[in-house]
Amino acid sequence: MNRIDKKFAELKAEKKKALITFITAGDPDFDTTENIVLEMERQGADIIELGVPFSDPVAEGPVIQEASLRALQGGTTLVGIFEMVKSLRQKTQVPLLLMMYINTIFRFGKERFFSLCQEHGIDGVIVPDLPYEEQDEICDIAKAHGVYNIHLVAPTSHQRIEAIAKDSEGFLYCVSSTGVTGVRQQFSTDFGPFFDTIRQYSSTPYAVGFGIATPEQAKEMKQYCDGVIVGSAIVSIVAENKQQAPQAVGAFIKTMREALDQD
Amino acid sequence: MSKIGRFGEFGGQYVPETVMNAVHELEKAYAHYKNDPEFRAELSALFAEYAGRPSRLYFAERMTHDLGGAKIYIKREDLNHTGSHKINNALGQALLAKKMGKKRIIAETGAGQHGVATATVAALFGMECEVYMGAEDMERQSLNVYRMNLLGAKVTAVHSGTSTLKDAINEAFRDWATNIEDTFYLIGSAVGPHPYPTMVRDFHKIIGEETKAQVMELDGKLPDCVVACVGGGSNAIGMFYDFIPDTSVRLVGAEAAGRGVDTHEHAATMAKGSTGIFHGMKSLFLQNEEGQIDPVYSISAGLDYPGIGPEHAYLHASNRADYVDITDEEAVQAFEYLSRVEGIIPAIESAHAVAAARKIAPTMQPDQVLVICLSGRGDKDVYQVARYRGIDLSE
Repeated sequence: MNRIDKKFAELKAEKKKALITFITAGDPDFDTTENIVLEMERQGADIIELGVPFSDPVAEGPVIQEASLRALQGGTTLVGIFEMVKSLRQKTQVPLLLMMYINTIFRFGKERFFSLCQEHGIDGVIVPDLPYEEQDEICDIAKAHGVYNIHLVAPTSHQRIEAIAKDSEGFLYCVSSTGVTGVRQQFSTDFGPFFDTIRQYSSTPYAVGFGIATPEQAKEMKQYCDGVIVGSAIVSIVAENKQQAPQAVGAFIKTMREALDQD
Repeated sequence: MSKIGRFGEFGGQYVPETVMNAVHELEKAYAHYKNDPEFRAELSALFAEYAGRPSRLYFAERMTHDLGGAKIYIKREDLNHTGSHKINNALGQALLAKKMGKKRIIAETGAGQHGVATATVAALFGMECEVYMGAEDMERQSLNVYRMNLLGAKVTAVHSGTSTLKDAINEAFRDWATNIEDTFYLIGSAVGPHPYPTMVRDFHKIIGEETKAQVMELDGKLPDCVVACVGGGSNAIGMFYDFIPDTSVRLVGAEAAGRGVDTHEHAATMAKGSTGIFHGMKSLFLQNEEGQIDPVYSISAGLDYPGIGPEHAYLHASNRADYVDITDEEAVQAFEYLSRVEGIIPAIESAHAVAAARKIAPTMQPDQVLVICLSGRGDKDVYQVARYRGIDLSE
């Protein structure tokens, strides 16, 4: 059973919402990334996304753009990330995802990439520039290696939500609003109808991300879905605290966990 | 084309989910309006009355004699309103945006030619306009920045990445994803997700259609070779497209070799690129073995792009078109050459095509015809070329 499915089954039994967290791999270095992952899990993160840095991350806001740049300047490579994942897997069974751009997979070699995911224990990938209509690029190969290809839906997906939601695996990544990743003060999306459609069609649990940065926002969003995804807010803490980030991130994760667990 | 929006394996729609619906809307709108007689009539009228089409085909007699080979014609896209071929596509897309009820237009620009064309049509149609331009390019092309401001557009400097054309495209995509409901992204080259490469080509294919008719009228035959510069490849695909079935016509694209294809400072995608997926399309890109997009370099801001339109990638893969590399030095020499020999100052982008023609024409026979697509005029490049030659024109 994929670790993601197992995790959501556990959460459902405990009547808890998923806390899904993101950090850019290799920012500021692999040791710190590894320690942040372990600390996030300890403080209540359920699923962890590792961002694979890309030179031109068009779906990202400034915070993750800068983190990607720092990671690349530090010499982060996909091979290096797989080595880190291998090391992490000796210490944790937390579900791990890679969030990355399609060119990285394509250039690395699809077969080689998904084989390594399977070998080292990557449970799924999120590819923001691979929309539903271009899934053919990776879906068969990912499936053959037992790696989930996490679909995204956005409020602007409109009539395409049904097809995407029905086809989801692991969980469905619901983009909170238009725009790129990054902290938002408020959301203009009308969440009621958006999540009503998703609830009707989704074949998996569904979580919301893009712009969620505070315990208050997490508390507000949890009524709509099975989990919340937090990225830029964590990446900002890493940027500020560098090698001391694990502790600072852990403290933040704890507040998010508490917000999700409160009634 | 194997399926919609594909040229062989190239093309596609690799964009974030947030903009996917807008891409579909655009695809539908374009499919409808391209066959709509009223839309076509309006666009033809704009081409004739506003842009000044058809553009002239000029017999470059002195150049022909000097090179001593093929008879050389110059397709004068530089004489269009705004000074380059870019106005064709800008008018086409802006008219489409108007029909779609969009109020705001965004664009990226490298040399500033597309930004100027977009700012111009936005003024013409009374639309809000924001142009993203790499900070480095803004410095290289300050005249065009001022021109865009004059036309009422907001020019936003892009500091991310290499601060050039690819980064301007990244930023325009981010803007589009944020303001998707009311904004039309007017892409300036034959790149991006479907339908852009096809749509941009269609708005420019008039270049090749006119050329074919003009050469036919003057010489009673098809040209033997047509040459155009390629960055993303919009003027080249516009020139090539109508000639693709005419296999006797050699199609030559001139790409920017910067300081040489064996250095790290070039933008020669065909010579050194590999297949990848970026900016919404599968095509050829300059990238490292990890798939990170390479920083590229050319003296020409308009050719300073690490990829190429998918239809060019296909023409290259199927051997229908040839692509040659032209260095900065060769381009600057051609810039000076055309100015002296024909009294025409070419855009530094177009000078790459002139440079390629200077190599090809002497290998051809006097009864053969070569056409250079002179995509833009060179006023904007005078400072840059002077600087290249070590002359400081500033006060």
